[in-house]
Amino acid sequence: MVNPATNYGKNGVQDWIVQRLTAVILAIYTLFIIGTLILSGDVTYAGWKALFSLTWVRVFSLMALLSVLAHAWVGLWTVSTDYIKPPMVRFLFQLFCGVLLFVYVVWGVEVLWGL
Amino acid sequence: MLKVSVYRYNPDVDEAPYMQDIEVEIPEGKDLMVLDVLGLIKEKDPTLAYRRSCREGVCGSDGMNMNGKNGLACITALSDVVKGGKLVLRPLPGLPVIRDLVVDMSLFYKQYEKIKPYLINDTPAPAIERLQSIEDREKLDGLYECILCACCSTACPSFWWNPDKFVGPSGLLQAYRFLADSRDTATEERLADLDDPFSVFRCRGIMNCVSVCPKGLNPTKAIGHIRNMLLERAV
Repeated sequence: MVNPATNYGKNGVQDWIVQRLTAVILAIYTLFIIGTLILSGDVTYAGWKALFSLTWVRVFSLMALLSVLAHAWVGLWTVSTDYIKPPMVRFLFQLFCGVLLFVYVVWGVEVLWGL
Repeated sequence: MLKVSVYRYNPDVDEAPYMQDIEVEIPEGKDLMVLDVLGLIKEKDPTLAYRRSCREGVCGSDGMNMNGKNGLACITALSDVVKGGKLVLRPLPGLPVIRDLVVDMSLFYKQYEKIKPYLINDTPAPAIERLQSIEDREKLDGLYECILCACCSTACPSFWWNPDKFVGPSGLLQAYRFLADSRDTATEERLADLDDPFSVFRCRGIMNCVSVCPKGLNPTKAIGHIRNMLLERAV
């Protein structure tokens, strides 16, 4: 049994479930955005602002954003443990990914709620 | 004439591995196996090293990479593998080379050992034997036939990157062989040993293992069953 400390969940099963669930959320969100773009025709600032002033769109967007965080962490962590063998380089890569994802989430919350 | 290119490396003499080109005369009207060709080469050059034993696909000794695909040399016919009159022979990829086509299988066996490849049952043994129903016995078909030739695991990129942590298709096929066995009582312990992010979950389902298995087995399917058992246990 291998027990890494830097993966997302407490074990491989949890990582696997998180990866699949977030993939479904992201797929639905992508369809929602593409569908909105197609149905609304011309994209205007006013239309876009009206859409994102709806609470459920904001919550849905935040859910998608958090899904990106978890999904990307599981994926990039896996890629890093596959391909980057020197532990220090691997750790720095994981740190970079973690900080970047955190910044995305904070930035996204700011955009959505204008905090 | 068949052009054969063989991977050669003798660490005592060679600084680096190299490919040796040899022309081999193939007897007219015969479809030889790759192992026969190796025999003809060894007659010319006795320094060539490779493993072999039963020469009929049962012992699993002569797994190697033939024109880019892993398989057993003894049951791979030239007509199936030779393209454009050329045959390239390399050792199984991803394992340390001991000499020429002979690889160090220690990591492969270590992973096999890890899954406890034996029946565990602590209940008192019956007088004669532990019986299985016909249906329960059938669950082991397609699992017990593995000969541990390592063709599958050494065709698997996940095993190349993490041979010390990912059990690999061969080991996982055997893991499921015991998980599926109605006589085995250690299912929970076995699953607990497999639920980390590496042992099972490094399988990306690319099915290289299925495409190379000389016995026609399906490790990817077995891995899917293990994953389902792990999921059922987790949710």
